[in-house]
Parts: sequence; C-alpha cells; structure tokens
Amino acid sequence: MTKTQTLKQGDIPANMGRRDFIVVASYAMAGIGLASVAWPLIDQMNPAADTLALASIEVDISKIEVGQAITVKWRGKPVFIRHRSETEITSAQSVQLSDLKDPQTDDERVTNPQFLVMIGVCTHLGCVPLGQKTGDVKGEYDGWFCPCHGSHYDSSGRIRKGPAPLNLEIPPYQFASDAVIKIG
Amino acid sequence: MMKWYQAIIFSCALFASNAFAAGSGDVVLKHKDWSFNGPFGTLDKAAMQRGFQAYREICASCHSLDYIAFRNLSDLGYSAAEIKAFAAEYDVEDGPNDEGEMFIRPGIAADRFPSPYQNDAAARAGNNGAYPPDLSLITKARAKGPDYLYSLLTSYKDAPEDKEVPDGMYYNAAYPGHLIAMPQPIYGEDVIYADGAPSDVSAIASDLVYFLTWTAEPSLEKRKRTGVKVLIFLLFMVGMSYGAMKFIWADVKKA
Amino acid sequence: MSADKFSNPVVRWVDHRLPIFTFMDHELNEYPTPKNLNYFWNFGSLAGISLVIMIVTGIVLAMSYTPHVDYAFQSVERIMRDVNHGWLIRYIHMNGASFFFIVVFIHIFRGLYYGSYKAPRELLWILGVLILLLMMATAFMGYVLPWGQMSFWGATVITNLFSAIPLVGDSIVTLLWGGFSVDNPTLNRFFALHYLMPFLIVGVVILHLVALHRFGSNNPIGIDPSGPQDTVPFHPYYTIKDFFGLSIFLSLFAATIFFFPNFMGHPDNYIPANPMQTPAHIVPEWYFLPFYAILRAVPDKLGGVLAMFGAIAVLFILPWLDRSPIRSGNFRPIFRIFFWVFVADCIALGYLGGMPAEGIYVVLSRVATAWYFLHFLAILPLLSVIETPRPLPQSLSKSVLGGTALAGAASAVKEKV
Repeated sequence: MTKTQTLKQGDIPANMGRRDFIVVASYAMAGIGLASVAWPLIDQMNPAADTLALASIEVDISKIEVGQAITVKWRGKPVFIRHRSETEITSAQSVQLSDLKDPQTDDERVTNPQFLVMIGVCTHLGCVPLGQKTGDVKGEYDGWFCPCHGSHYDSSGRIRKGPAPLNLEIPPYQFASDAVIKIG
Repeated sequence: MMKWYQAIIFSCALFASNAFAAGSGDVVLKHKDWSFNGPFGTLDKAAMQRGFQAYREICASCHSLDYIAFRNLSDLGYSAAEIKAFAAEYDVEDGPNDEGEMFIRPGIAADRFPSPYQNDAAARAGNNGAYPPDLSLITKARAKGPDYLYSLLTSYKDAPEDKEVPDGMYYNAAYPGHLIAMPQPIYGEDVIYADGAPSDVSAIASDLVYFLTWTAEPSLEKRKRTGVKVLIFLLFMVGMSYGAMKFIWADVKKA
Repeated sequence: MSADKFSNPVVRWVDHRLPIFTFMDHELNEYPTPKNLNYFWNFGSLAGISLVIMIVTGIVLAMSYTPHVDYAFQSVERIMRDVNHGWLIRYIHMNGASFFFIVVFIHIFRGLYYGSYKAPRELLWILGVLILLLMMATAFMGYVLPWGQMSFWGATVITNLFSAIPLVGDSIVTLLWGGFSVDNPTLNRFFALHYLMPFLIVGVVILHLVALHRFGSNNPIGIDPSGPQDTVPFHPYYTIKDFFGLSIFLSLFAATIFFFPNFMGHPDNYIPANPMQTPAHIVPEWYFLPFYAILRAVPDKLGGVLAMFGAIAVLFILPWLDRSPIRSGNFRPIFRIFFWVFVADCIALGYLGGMPAEGIYVVLSRVATAWYFLHFLAILPLLSVIETPRPLPQSLSKSVLGGTALAGAASAVKEKV
C-alpha cells in the first residue's frame, strides 16, 4: 500500500520503466530466497532417515500356532497377526455383507486366510482392542473387543457392534516367503 | 579506507580462532590432494568401497563405527540387496523377547554397525588400557583430519636412537608425542581388492581416508553441491540489490 | 489524521482501534534517517536478522535434540545424518553464532568510533551492552549442548569462575551444576536457559530500538540532522541498502556454511564428552578469546574473574568516561589514533587468548589487558580534556554536498578541512 507512495515521496523520477524493474526483481529474489529457506525448516519435521528405515519390517510367522496371535510393533503401532483356526475362518467367511456396518468380505481382508494381519488400533478413538491373548475378553463376535468404548470386532477384525465406524485397518504387507511377511 | 581495517579485524579473529585447530606443532602432516577438497569436491565411490573393505578387514576388530547404519552404505553405491545380505552377516543383539531374554539375530539394514566391544571398559581392557576411538567421526575430530589420518597410517617407523619406546607403545612420526598405543595396522597387501587396485600401505591408507571422510559427514557432497547453487543465487542477489540501491539513491546523490 | 494514510478500509478500521499500521508506517517507512550513513550502519539490521536466524534454526534444532548426557552427542549426530536437511540447519546455527558475534563486534566498534554512546544515546548504548552480555551467556550455554569434549570442559572451566567469589563461591558453583560436577542436571538447565535467553534478547532489542528511534540514528559526521533536508525516509532508502548489505552478509555466511562449516569450530568437539580426560589445549569459541585472555592475564583467581567481567562492565559507564562533546572520531585526530590502537589491542587479546598461557604470551596478555583498561579509564577521560577537535561542518547537507552520500564521512571531511 505504501511502497509506491513512498517512492514518490522520495522524489524518484517518474520515468521508471525499465530501471525500476531491478527494484521489483530484487524484492522478488528476496521472496524466492525466503521461500526456499522455509522448505528445509518445515521438511525437517518429516520422518528422519532412521525412522523411515524402520518403516517396513519383516516378521517370522512360522512359530505362531493355530489359534494363537502375536503382536508386533510397526511404525509405533501394534500389528495383530493371528493364525486363525478353521472355525474362525469359516465363521468369518459366512457373514452376510448386509449384517456389516463397514461391508467387506473376509477375502478382501486377507492374503492367506490362515493369517489375519491388521493394525490393532480401534477405529473409534485409537485404543488397542483386547483379544490377542488366550484369556482376553474377545467380545460378542469372538474376535476383538475394545475396552475403551465397547466396540466388538469379529474374527476378521470387522466392526460388528459399538461406536467404531470402520473395520480394523489392514496394513500393506506381503508374504516374502511362506514363513515371513513383510509389513510396510 | 576503514573497510581495509575491518578486513584485518575479521581475518585476525578468524586466524586466532583457527590457530589452535592447527594443534600439536611438532609433527608435519603429509598433504594429499583429496578429491573431496574444494567447493566442487566429490567423494570417490570406488575408493570408499575399497576403504570400507579395508575397515572391515583391518580396523573393525578394535574400532567401532557407531554412527553408521548398514542402510547408509547405499551412499557407497551398494544396492539394497547387497546391503541386506551384508547386514545379515552380522550378529545383532536384540530383545528382550517374551521370556525377557536378550537374543541374537542377524542384522538388518536399519541396524548400526555392532561395536567390537561390549563397552568402553572392555575396549580398554582388550588394548592395554588404551581406548581405540570410534572411527565414525575421526576425520572431523582431528585437526586437518584426512591428512592426519593418512599421515598417521603411513608414518610408522623405527624409533630414532635417542627415543625410548616403552612396551606396548610404538613409534609413529605423525602422532603428537610420537608414541602411540596402536600397533602398525597396515603393512601393505593386507587386503585383496576385488577391483585389482593397488594395496600398498599408502593406497590402503588413502582408501581408508575416503571411507572415513564419508562416515564423518555423509552429507559432504550434498553440502558442497547445494552450496554452489546457493552462492550463485546470492551473488546474483548482491548484484540485483546493488543495482536497485543505486537506482533508488540516484536522486539523493544529486540533491 | 493518520487514518487518511491508508486507502484499504480494513487497514483503516484496524488502525483506528489498534494503531499498528500507523506505528509501522512511522517507524519503518517514513522514519527520517540521516542521509549520510555509511556501510557500518548496516550492521545493526544485520545483527537483528542474525538473531532471527538463530532463533528460527534453534527452535527447529530443539525438535530433534535430546538434552541428556547419554543422548545429546548422539542426537546431534542424528541431526547431522538422519534428520531431513538437519546438517544444513545445524551448520547454520553453529556458524550463525560466530557470524552474529562478528556483526555485533563491528556494530560495537562502529559505536565506539562514531561516539554513538554519547548524549542523548547513553541508554541506547547501555541496552546494547546488555544485549552483548546476554548473547555471551546464550552462546556459552549453546556450546555446551552438543556435549563434546570442548562443550564439557568449557562448561567446567567457565562455571568454575564463580568459585572465585569469596565465601559463597563454591555453593554457587554447586547450585549452577545441580550436583558436584558438570553433569546431566547441568546440561538440562543449560538447555532450558539456552532456549529462554534469546527471547530475553529480543525483549532488550525492542527496548534498544525504542531508544534508537527516540533520537534517531547517529551518523558519520556526528552532528544532529538540522531538518528534513538532512534526512531521507527509512523506506525505501535504507531498506534497500540494508537488503544489499544483507545479500553480501548472506553470501559470506553461506560460503562458510557450505564450504568451511567447521572452520570456526574445534575438532575436539566431535569427540563425545569425557569427564575423565581433559583435551590438551582447551580454548573457548573465538568470540570469547579476548575476554579469556584478560581472565588469564591476572595471576589471581578472583582478580582474573573480576577483570574479565570488568572488561564488559567498563562499557556500561563509557558514556561518562568519554566526556568529549564531539561524537564522531573523524573530527578527533588524537582519539582516532587511540581508537585504532584499541582495535589492535582487542585483536591482540583475541590472539593471545588462543595461545598457551606460558612464556611471552603471559607478558603480552598482561600488557594488552592493562592497555584495554587504560584506554577506557585513563586515555578517554584525558582526551576529552586535552584534545582539540577539528571544526565540525555546519550541517549534514553541506557535508553531503561536498562528497557523496554513500562515500560516507571520510571524503566529506577531507573537503571540509
């Protein structure tokens, strides 16, 4: 607002034309410089190289007995890996999509039906559901139960009852071999 | 006129600050023209790979490399698969597991190089009370680090007649005080390089300097490359702002 | 009235209730500034920008730094290696401290030469010395944070200075340490204070600027502007000139950061702190060397500490030591000589502070220290009585007419005399 006024106030001749280009260009360069300095200062908050190096992990699943589950830490969150029994698989596959709040078939949620791999964080407000250990409360659908606000998940980790809006999230993973999965 | 004096202030202050960096005065370092010197300097990947091999086969039995992870080796030109295979050769302690025990597993790319000793005290005990320093920062932690390291590795000599060398000490012309606890590490032909490069004492020492200059500052090349761009921008800005200033002040001069 | 200045209705609405735009317009835009300022007047704004650079990079570094003896060194190396652009940010912060001091020292010597501390700018000067003190404390604590060998031993030596105080000295040192040696509690509190103090500096800088704008900038001639013909509005004349100066400053700064980032540091600080082993030559950062030389020049422990703090304290009373009514050194032929001798003396002190405290260096340090105090306590008061100044020009405009606005005082004065 005042820049041009002051230029006049300073009695700069009106025949600016080509020459005042340099003034505008200088200020523009200052702006470009400032912007390019801002990026490193912001980008430093993104995950560092050592954090990214752990962004994908390999897990040996050969030692998980049928009907048992392990919890591994991946990107700071618990990942549930469950070696499901035939009963669990059958019950998960037999559910009607119309009964589901977040309709998804069991096939869409697993690569190998024997192993269910999902992020153990309740989609409601981020608590870790119970159901990993043999003695845990597994909820009304024999899967997982979130003690914070009472969300019930079935043996495919799908939300069946309670406030949670979505099924337990499936992380990106692949079978590196029969015994090893690579998460992330 | 006064700018001239100010230049003196500036340079003297800098000189004074750097005078001690020169450090212990009684040794003369061998100076080499390293490829990483100067504003356009780069690190020689082949030399770094050779230096890495030499580190593994000669230095690693005593000297740790605490700040380097296997994944960092990609800077040396290794592929992800090579790094994975390489890391797996190392045993890494992890844990505790579900039984509360620590366990040993093969290394992964994200692991740092395991230290050859459990702790500093063990390192000291294994080396006659002299602590073998961590090498990751060695070229930055010594004045004129690359030249110093090169000189140190190539300056083991027979002690002069008048110099008494106690047991467990060795004579080194480049070490301050000349008595060093580290026995001569390189005799020549200590490693066989896959690329057939020479492996005499000075060649191995030089390769190690490349490798350890990288470990001390993996960002060196990037820093210099960025620097050239930033300086070009800034010098352009100096010119522009000078022109703008002359333009704005033109009428005041005449007044 | 002021509302007429702004055409934007929102600006006008806000300004009527909170005259922030009027304030900015008054202090940064139309603020009348002597038209004959030379390039030494760039260093004030450079110091301000240096402070901003340090605060911004410092806050960012604090996001990845861990103030614990077991992790501090490691966390700094993580910043250098793993954090995105961490090496750049840390090198800016590390070298920024040195550049901040270079700029501030030049700013101070400019004030000394052109008599910027004289009436009515005494408080402006005193606030400036206070900023210097705060800067030194901040820089010292910052140097401790990487927890290298120099960090640790610098902290040990400097905190031990306080043990020289009679009776309560040892208790004070224990209090500073939070233990019986420099250790984790010390590192923790130094981090807390290192984060706090820059904001105190900002506060004092604001007061420094308020005091500055009360009477406006001094100038190379040292006489007050006699009217609008002697001044130009700050914007665009000095904004563009400061911008030009900034570009040069940044070029030198960038050259250091990218090509010699460790030139002003000490290699020993890349060795993790070891409380069992002192490095062979311990030296403070270069900007403390003159004061370090003064400390070591006095053979008595308490005396040395007093002399060192006295070297700063004497600056506080400088406006009353130099009673000459002439501000600018350009018109004080004898002062001018002694000024440059004093500059040489300070450089000598800086050099001696970095040399081992033995032999000829001790003698020279004592001479240089004695001269430092002699300059302020004897020479300046004496000169204000015996010196005959050169005739002053009648107004800034006249002298400006004689030379050119930018060439500064030196050429203008030659014409005049």
